[in-house]
Order: sequence, then C-alpha cells, then structure tokens
Amino acid sequence: MPEIRISHPAIETQPSSGESRPPALPAKAEVSAIRAFLLSRGNSAFADRGFRWLMVICAFTIFGIVILIATELVERSHLAWSTFGFKFFFQAFIDPDTKLPMYWDPVNGHFSALPFVFGTLVSSFLALLLAVPLAIGVAVFLTEMCPGFLRAPLAFVTELLAAIPSVIYGMWAVFVLVPLLREHVNPTLITLLGWTGFFKDDNPTGLGFVAAGVILAIMILPIISSLTREVMNAVPGSQREAVLALGATRWEMIRVGVLRNARIGIVGAVILGLGRALGETMAVTMVIGNTPQIQKSLLANGASMASVIANEYAEASGNLHLSALTEIGLALFIVTIIVNALARLLVWAVTRGAPAQVN
Amino acid sequence: MRSALRTATDGLATGLAVLSTVLVVAPLVAIFVYIIYKGASSLNWAFFTQIPKPEGESGGGMANAIVGSAVLLGLASLIGVPIGIAAGIFLAEFGRGTKLANAVRFTADVLNGVPSIVMGVAVYALIVTPQMPFSAISGGVALGIMMIPTVTRTTEEMLLMVPHSVREAALALGVPNWRSVLSITVKTASPGIITGCMLAFARVAGETAPLIFTALGNTNWSVALNQPIAALPLEIYRYALSPYDDQHRLAWAGALVLIALIVAAVSLVRFVTSRGVLKGAS
Repeated sequence: MPEIRISHPAIETQPSSGESRPPALPAKAEVSAIRAFLLSRGNSAFADRGFRWLMVICAFTIFGIVILIATELVERSHLAWSTFGFKFFFQAFIDPDTKLPMYWDPVNGHFSALPFVFGTLVSSFLALLLAVPLAIGVAVFLTEMCPGFLRAPLAFVTELLAAIPSVIYGMWAVFVLVPLLREHVNPTLITLLGWTGFFKDDNPTGLGFVAAGVILAIMILPIISSLTREVMNAVPGSQREAVLALGATRWEMIRVGVLRNARIGIVGAVILGLGRALGETMAVTMVIGNTPQIQKSLLANGASMASVIANEYAEASGNLHLSALTEIGLALFIVTIIVNALARLLVWAVTRGAPAQVN
Repeated sequence: MRSALRTATDGLATGLAVLSTVLVVAPLVAIFVYIIYKGASSLNWAFFTQIPKPEGESGGGMANAIVGSAVLLGLASLIGVPIGIAAGIFLAEFGRGTKLANAVRFTADVLNGVPSIVMGVAVYALIVTPQMPFSAISGGVALGIMMIPTVTRTTEEMLLMVPHSVREAALALGVPNWRSVLSITVKTASPGIITGCMLAFARVAGETAPLIFTALGNTNWSVALNQPIAALPLEIYRYALSPYDDQHRLAWAGALVLIALIVAAVSLVRFVTSRGVLKGAS
C-alpha cells in the first residue's frame, strides 16, 4: 500500500511531458464541477494505474526473455566450459592414427569449436564480399536513379524476398544452386584461380563454403539494401541540391552528397547483414557439407556454428556433447547481440530524425 | 564545362548501379518463379488430405504437418500476440521518450536479431526435460518468443500513426485513459496491428531451426501438446534432403504453401499501410 501512495503524486504531476496522457488536472477549486461530474462516472485512477502496470510488465517480459535465454545457455554450457575453458574455441587434437589435426569427435570426447568458428566466419565474409557492393548498387539505383513507377514494385519484391523462409532458400540452393556451381562455376574458378590454392578440385559434390557464401549473400542482400536505402533517404535533399548547384554530375552528387553523409549508416546496415549471416542456420546447413574440418580451399566441405547445432543437438551422445553444443550456441548468442547492437546504434545515428520503419 | 572524364565516370557509375540491380533482382525473381513453378506442379488435393507415405512409396501428403503447423502457430500466437501488443502499447502510449522505452525498444531489436537456432537451444534448455522429451508446447513457446519483437515494433509504429486529436477527443469526453487507449487508439490502429501480427505469424510459420529439437517432427497424426508434432518447415527440410523424388515433390508443394502465406501477409501489410490514418507506417 505505501508504495502506491508514493507513486501516486509522481504519476499525477508528470503527465505534461507525455503528450498521450490526459492533461494534468488544474487546481481542484477551479474544476470542482467537472471533477464531480467525472467522479460521478466512477473513479478511473485505479483502473488506469492497473492498466499501465500491466503494459509495463509486458514490456519488462522482453527484458526477462533475453535474461532467461542468457542464464539458461550459461547454465547448460557450464560442463563444457569447466572441462575445456577458453581453449574450447581454438584447441585442436591430434588423431593418433593419421597424425592429422582433429577437432570434433563426440565419440571419444574431443570437442573444439574451432572448425565451426572458422566455417561461420568464412561463409559470412564470403557472403558480405558478394552482397555488399551489389546491395549498395541497388540502393543507389533505387533512391537516386530509379524512375518513380519502378520504385514501389522493386521495394515490394525486396521486402517479399526478405520474408522467404531460410529453409526454402536452402531447398532452392540444394536443387538449383549447387548443381549450377558443380557443373559450371566451380570448374571455371578452378581453372582461373586454382593457382591461388583457394579453389582446389577435390570436392565433386558442389557443396561447401562457396555454395554457403552464395546462398547467404542472396539472403542478406534484401536486408542490407533496404537499410542502406533507408539511411540514404534520411540524407536531406538540400545536401544533394547543394552539390548539384556546384556543378557536380549525378555520380559526384551521390558520392559527395549522399554516400559520404550516409556512410556510418551504411556500415551499420552491412554489420546488420553480417549479424544475419552469422546466425543463419537452415540454408547453410543444407549446402555447407557438414564436415568439421579446416581447409584452405573454399570449395571444400565445412560446417558452421549454427549448422552443427542443427545437425547434432537432437541426438547428442551425452552431457558433454550437449554442453559443448550449447556453448557454441552461447557464443553465437553473444556475438550476434554485440553485432546487432552495434549495427542498430550506427543506423540510428543516421536515421534519428527520420520516421521509424518496420524492417 | 564538364570534362569528358567526369561525364564518362558518371555514365559508368549509372551503368554499374543498373547492372547490380539487374544482377540482384533477376536471380531473386528467378528463385521466386522457380519455387512457384515447382510447387504448383507438385500441389494436389492429396497434399492437403493425406499423411506422408513411407519412404519410397509415391503419393501421400502433408496434412499432419499442416495441422501441426497450425497447432504450433496457435500456441505461438497465444504467447507472442498479447505480450507483443501490450509492450507496443507501453512504448507508444506510456513510455514515449523515456529511457525505459528506449531500453525496451533496443532489447526488442536485439531479440529480433538472436539467431533462431539459439532460440531453439534456449527453449530446449528451459522446457525440454526427460519427462517430456520433445513436444508441441516447447515448439510453440520458441515460436511465440520469436513473434514478440515484430509484434511489439509494428504495434508501436501503428499507434504512433494515430493522430493526437483522436486521443484528446476521447479524453475530453471524460473517458478513462485505459478505455481511451483500448477503445480509441488501439481500435483506430487495429488494421495495422492485426496485419503486423499476421506478418509476425507468417515469419515464424517458416522457421525451422527452433523446431528441430523442440517440436521434433512426427510422421503420424498427432495434435497432442505433450507429444512431438509435425510442422511444415520441418518436413520441407527433411524431404528436401531425402533421396526420393516423391518426397522432393512434397517438399516443393509445402514450400509453395508457405510462400503463399507469406505473400498474403506482406501484401496485406502493404495494402493496409497505404490507406487511411495509417498511411506511410511501413
């Protein structure tokens, strides 16, 4: 009870700051008639406060969920953490028979996240390498060059493509992209770039990092280009006009007037795309080949952090195995939170004044 | 005078922008058309009425997976929609401009970015126990949590579109604040809020990763909440990787059904946000 009494005056005195709340009641004497009329209809203070608290509790549920996820992951990965410590992310075991490095062997209790961290990083950066120039090109075209009648349909198509489930992209990759890579693209890469050592002709399946990188690039393109478009739209038109008035060509106007002003936001969009790529599961699992190894060749099979969880979690062979997989999940959770928070801050820095958008 | 070099650079940049747009849009449209083509040629009545046949036999359908997905999505909506809408109301009506609201908004964005597979691991840790190994409930909880951020943010944005005069008119008539919020503001924004919920619904409808080790999948009829349950995206995943053509056919048909659901939701959001007081919300 005392708490309610304390909070009462606080609630009544501050409403002038929130536009959506009822205007503060003026001094009692002036409005006694109105007040009496309102009170005759029943005092709503209790209901109002209850309603408000209900909404606040629901908002706090969101904090609660994030905290709950974090504590559950920490608790369940404790066994792996106490067994391997920080070494878990970069240790390697030596196979006694072949003398080759070995990373992940649930049967004999050898667990190292190294090949999965490697796989996630390689496939994600490959995806960014392919997606970022294209996404920025699309955004430039849509905001600065596109004739008006094309803008809405193209924006709609990108929105739609961002909503297609990952498993469907994965399925398309399995049936269309992988055969295409196997028959045409990979042989070309091997002939042209085989000398670099990054494209070795030892994987006839067509699966692997390149396939994963390409499908990831296709999947993160819509999000990067739509966010880039958003930050470019947030650049005031006067900037463009000023540069054009100095006699710049359209490209110079875009470069000096738009891209330079929006660059922080574009970096944010790219980082957000990276966040998506790091955690992407189904499409990658379906095409990466699912072999825990570290190879220099980008055409080799690999595995990512998300793909190993998807493949092994349901039939993990013991507590340590389960715990190790959970620790990989925890690492993914922490990394994506940092990446997303960073990206949001960067995008906000540019679009602060502009209206919010559903992404 | 502009030099020839500058004009040429301008032309080159324009050409590259157009080229990248073509390079991006053409394959993306191709994916879309290919899925529709493969799906439409595989879809038949049996798909909606029969359960899967044993491996290698032709025919069969995904009736159990469709019903299973409906059960899972129903559970998810029970969790995600009320919490999401309430949090959205808080952000737009009570917490506007406060630090707490910014923190909630930020946390919702972060939650939106948490990989779905991690959500699956967390819900597994939270709910799946030796007594109830895999179940529809755990799958529904995982999907429900994933709905919250989308519902919250769309609700907030739709409520922000409602003009102040509408709220003030209600309050001037002596309507209590809670009635004003629920019957006036939320009601005005309801087309937008409903489509926002549909959008969240369509997004989680295609989620596979959090279901792999919560709902698990089931080849038989099951609607029991404490038993493993089939789900459309799970079956698509399983069948796409199987060696049998008949199962590929089922997977394509399932993909088409999912896509149809998503196209409907996205188009509806576009339609609603292009009209009336909610114009420009999306």
